[in-house]
Amino acid sequence: MAGKYFFIDTTRCIACRGCQVACKEWHGLPGVKTRQWGSPQNPQDLGPDTYRLVRFREYDRNGKTVRYYFSEACRHCLDPDCRNTAEQYVEDAIIIDPTGAVIFTDKTRSLGTHAEEVLDACPFNVPRLDPETGLLTKCDMCVTRVHAGLEPICAKTCPTGAIQFGNEQAIRGMAKARLEEINKVRGNTGMLINADAVRVLYLVTADPKVYYEYSAY
Amino acid sequence: MTNHWIDIRNADCILVMGANPAANHPISFKWIQRAMENGATLISVDPRYNRTSAQADIYAPLRSGTDIAFLGGMIRHILFNKKYHESYLAQYTNAGFILHPGFGFTDGLFSGYRSEARRYEKSSWGFVRDKDGIALQDFTLNDPACVFQHLKRHFSRYTPETVSAVTGTPVNDLIKVWDVFSATGDPHRTGTILYAMGWTQHTVGVQNIRAMAIIQLLLGNMGRPGGGVNALRGESNVQGSTDHGLLYDTWPGYLNAPKASQSTLARYHEQNTPRSADPRSANAWQNKPRYVVSFLKAVFGEAATADNDFGYGWMPKLDDDGAYSWLDLFDRMYHGGINGFFAWGQNPAVSGAHAGKTRQALKNLDWMVAVNLFDNETASFWKGPGMSPSEIKTEVFLLPCAASFEKEGSLTNSGRWMQWRFQAVEPPGEAKSDGQIMVELWERIRALYQKTGGAFTEPILHFRRDSFQKGRYDPHAVAKLINGCFEETTTLNGKVYPKGTPVPSFAGLKDDGSTASGNWLYCHSYTQDGNRAARRSAADPTGMGLYAEWAWSWPVNRRILYNRASVDINGRPWSPGKDILRWTGEGTWIGDVPDGGWPPLCMAAQSRLPFIMKTDGVASVFGPAMAEGPFPEHYEPVESPLENNPFSGQRINPAVLICTTDTDTWAFNDPRYPIVATTHRVTEHWQTGVMSRRMPWLLEMQPELFVEMSHELADSKGIKNGAACVVSSARGSVDAVALVTVRLRPMTIQGKTVHQVSLPWCYGWMHPAGGSDAANLLTGSAGDPNTHIPETKAFMVNVEKKDRG
Repeated sequence: MAGKYFFIDTTRCIACRGCQVACKEWHGLPGVKTRQWGSPQNPQDLGPDTYRLVRFREYDRNGKTVRYYFSEACRHCLDPDCRNTAEQYVEDAIIIDPTGAVIFTDKTRSLGTHAEEVLDACPFNVPRLDPETGLLTKCDMCVTRVHAGLEPICAKTCPTGAIQFGNEQAIRGMAKARLEEINKVRGNTGMLINADAVRVLYLVTADPKVYYEYSAY
Repeated sequence: MTNHWIDIRNADCILVMGANPAANHPISFKWIQRAMENGATLISVDPRYNRTSAQADIYAPLRSGTDIAFLGGMIRHILFNKKYHESYLAQYTNAGFILHPGFGFTDGLFSGYRSEARRYEKSSWGFVRDKDGIALQDFTLNDPACVFQHLKRHFSRYTPETVSAVTGTPVNDLIKVWDVFSATGDPHRTGTILYAMGWTQHTVGVQNIRAMAIIQLLLGNMGRPGGGVNALRGESNVQGSTDHGLLYDTWPGYLNAPKASQSTLARYHEQNTPRSADPRSANAWQNKPRYVVSFLKAVFGEAATADNDFGYGWMPKLDDDGAYSWLDLFDRMYHGGINGFFAWGQNPAVSGAHAGKTRQALKNLDWMVAVNLFDNETASFWKGPGMSPSEIKTEVFLLPCAASFEKEGSLTNSGRWMQWRFQAVEPPGEAKSDGQIMVELWERIRALYQKTGGAFTEPILHFRRDSFQKGRYDPHAVAKLINGCFEETTTLNGKVYPKGTPVPSFAGLKDDGSTASGNWLYCHSYTQDGNRAARRSAADPTGMGLYAEWAWSWPVNRRILYNRASVDINGRPWSPGKDILRWTGEGTWIGDVPDGGWPPLCMAAQSRLPFIMKTDGVASVFGPAMAEGPFPEHYEPVESPLENNPFSGQRINPAVLICTTDTDTWAFNDPRYPIVATTHRVTEHWQTGVMSRRMPWLLEMQPELFVEMSHELADSKGIKNGAACVVSSARGSVDAVALVTVRLRPMTIQGKTVHQVSLPWCYGWMHPAGGSDAANLLTGSAGDPNTHIPETKAFMVNVEKKDRG
C-alpha cells in the first residue's frame, strides 16, 4: 500500500490558517457568511464550502493556559468506511485514486437517502452533504495537482512546514523522526493518530480528543 | 532590525515582547522554530496569551504599558547576579565613561528638568572629558561616577516585588524570564529580542526599546549572530519608507531635516555634523555633509551648485520647535490649520489614535486626495456614522492605485533587505502605480508653475527630472538615482568613472557637487554591477544564513549591523559557534561585510571602535539623546488604573506629548473606566482591513470586531461568550462581540484586581455593511516625546453588555 501521505505536525502549527484559505482558493469555494461566535475558529464547522478547517481549543491547566490547533480535513483512510458503505448502493460513487486519495465523484449525488449513512460511516466526521447539489463533499487531496507533480495546496502554503506531503516511505520516516525528537524534548508526550489506518499522519502531544472530539477513533 | 529574519535561527534565546510574530509575521516563525530545534528557548511576554505564547517555552503576562518596569527588573537581575559580558561591556560600550558630576536622578526626574516647558535642559547629561575632548573611562567599571555604577544605582529600585506589583507578572515568572534571557550573557550564547508596535505605541515607546538595548549591551548580544534588537515591521516596506525619509524629521538616509534657523548649508552642517577628538572613533557621521550635498544634487541636479548651497535654500524647513508627526498633524487639522490632505495608501479614520477626533478633523479640510485600492472610511468619512454630508465642505478625490503585484519596484523588509519585485499583471481600469500618479501630478504642477509663475517657484522648476522621461515613472531610473551617480567624470581608487555612471558605494560620495545620491544608505544597491536588489543566489559560504548574494542589505550589503562587536579585540569571534566575521591576520576580514575594514582593536593605532555610527565609537548604555532621560524609567501610561506611580512622584512621562483639544479627554484611576485595554492585529486582516475585509475568505475567518476578556471579567459583567458588548473610553465607544477566554486573566496591581481587554483595530464601519467600527475610536492623542508615536497600546475602558432594548 504505497501512494501519497500527509504528515501534519501540530507542534509546528501556528494557526495562521493559510491552509484553510488556500484550500478555498484552489477549489474555488466561496467565503461563508459568518459571525464572531466567541472563538477564532470560523467557519464553525466543515461544510460543502469548507474542506479544511483549523480547529481551535484552549484550556486552563492548573492555572496555565494551553492552546491546541488542528488543521482538519479528510484522512484518506487506507480502507475507507465511507467508500465501503457507498459501494453497497452506488458503484464508484467513492473511488480510490492511484495516489490513494479517496475521491467523492459526481455519483455521490445518486446516493439519495443513503447519503446520511455514508456520512455517518466516517469515524472522523469529515464529509458533508451539499444540500444544493446533493453531492457529498470533502478534501480531494488536490488530486489533479498531485497528478501534475505538485503537492496539495495546503502543504504548499504552510509557512512553518507543519503540513508535509509525499510518498509513504518519506512521510512515515519524517513522522517517526519528528515523533522521536518531540518525545525526547517533551517527555514522551507525542503520538501519531491512527497511523496504521490513514494517509494523514497527525503528530499530537496530548490526548487527541483535546484537539477535537473526532480527531481520533 | 540590526540583524535579519533568517538570523533568528542563530539565537539561543528568543524574547518576544510587544510583538506576536506567530499571528502577525507567520513566515518568521519557521526561523524561530529552526532555533528551537537547535535548543533555543522561546519566551513570550504579553498582556494576552497569544498565538506566539502558545508556541513558547515560557509565557509571562504583564499589564500593558509596564514594559520598562519588567525590563528594568531584568537589568537589575543581570547586574546584581553578574550575568553581564564584562569585557564586551567595558570595551564596546560607554559603561565605563565617567559622568558629569552634575548628573543626578531624584524622585523620577533626571537633573535639568524644566517643569514649565515639560522638557529637559541636558547640559548635565554628559561625560567628563580630558583637555583633548576624549571621554574619561574606567575600564574596570568600578568608579562610582561611571555609567555602569550609575546604572546599578538607578535600577536597584527595580526589585522583583516592586516590579511585580506594577506589571502584575507573578514574581516567579519574572525571575524565570530574567534568568533564562540573562544566560545569554555567556559569550557562547546569544539572545535576540523581537518587538513590534506593542513596544513602540506608548508614551514611553522609545525608552521601552532603550531598556532592551541596554540589556543587549550588558549581555554582549549586539552585533552578534542570534542577537541584536529586532523590530518586526508592521508593513512590508515600513523599513524602506523610514529609510527614505517618510518621517517628518529626516531626509533620506536618516539625515536631519533642516530647521528654519539653519538658514545656510554651512550652519546646517555645523549643527548636524558630529565631531570626535578620539582617534579610535570612526565617527562615521562626520561624513554627513557628503551625503547631504549628494542628496541635494539628486533633488536639483545641475541647478544645484556650490554658489547656491546646492539648492539647500529651496528645501522646506521645519519651524525650530515645530512638530509634524501624525498626532501633531491631526491636532492641527482639528484646529482648522490644514486645508488640503493626501491620504496616500492610508486610512487614518480607522488607523489613527482617537479616530473620532481624526474624523472630525477631516471636516475642516477644503480638499482631500485619497489614493487607495478601495474606497475606505477615510475617503468616505463624510458619509460615516454621525456625519451630515450636507454640512461638510471637504471635496474628496479618490484615485485608484495599483496593488503590489501590479507594479515593479523594491521594498525593504524588516531585516534591511532591499528586494526587487516584478510586475505580475497590469493594474485594472484606471489604476496606476503610486510612482506614476506622483509623476503625472508633478508634471502638471510644474507646468502650471512654469506658465503662471507664483511664490517661490525655484524648488519646483529646478527639481531634477531626468529620471522621469516622457512623464513616465521608471522604477529602475529612480533606483539608480537613489544609489547615486557621478555628476562629472571622476577617478576613484584608480578607476575612471565617466559622468553619469553609478557611484560604487557611499565611500565615493563627495560634498563638492561631483556626486548625486538620493539616499547614501542605498549607495551600492544599483551600480555598474547591476541591480543588487534583484539578486537571487542562495549561496551561504559562512553557513550562518547571511545569504550575501540574495537581494541586498543596507549598508553596503552588511547583513548584521555593528558586526565588529561580534569579535574580540583580536578579531576572533567571541564564540566559535557564533562566527560571522573574523580577522584573517593577513589584513582582511572574512564573513559578513565588516563595519569598516580597519584591523581589530588590538592593532590600536590603525583600528577603530566597533560602533562606528556613534560619535565616541561605543554603544550607549547611557543615552543622552533621549527626551526624557539617559536611562529608562517606569512611568505610567497617560491612562492607567493607578493614581500614583509606585516608582516615583512622576505619574507619567515628564516630557510626554498630550494633545489638548476639547475632545482630548482622559481617565486614570477612574471608576468609570476601570479596565486596562490594548489593541492588537490579527493574522487574517491587513492593517485597517481595507484590502482584507473585502476578501470573503478572510472576512469569513474574522468577520467582526471582538473584545477579548477573561472569564472573571465576563462573569462580573454578566457577559456571555459571543454576546454583544459596548466598549467605551473617555473619548468614544464601539460595539464588539465578547470573546471570553482563559488567555486573559485578572492581575493583581498594587494589591488591587485589574482586568485587561484587547481589541483588534482592523475594522471600520464601511465594509462589511452593518459591521463593526474602529477600535481606535477608544484610543487617545498622547505620544512619546521622542517620536510622537501615539499611545494606542495602553488606555482605560469600560465594557458592558449591549443593551438590546
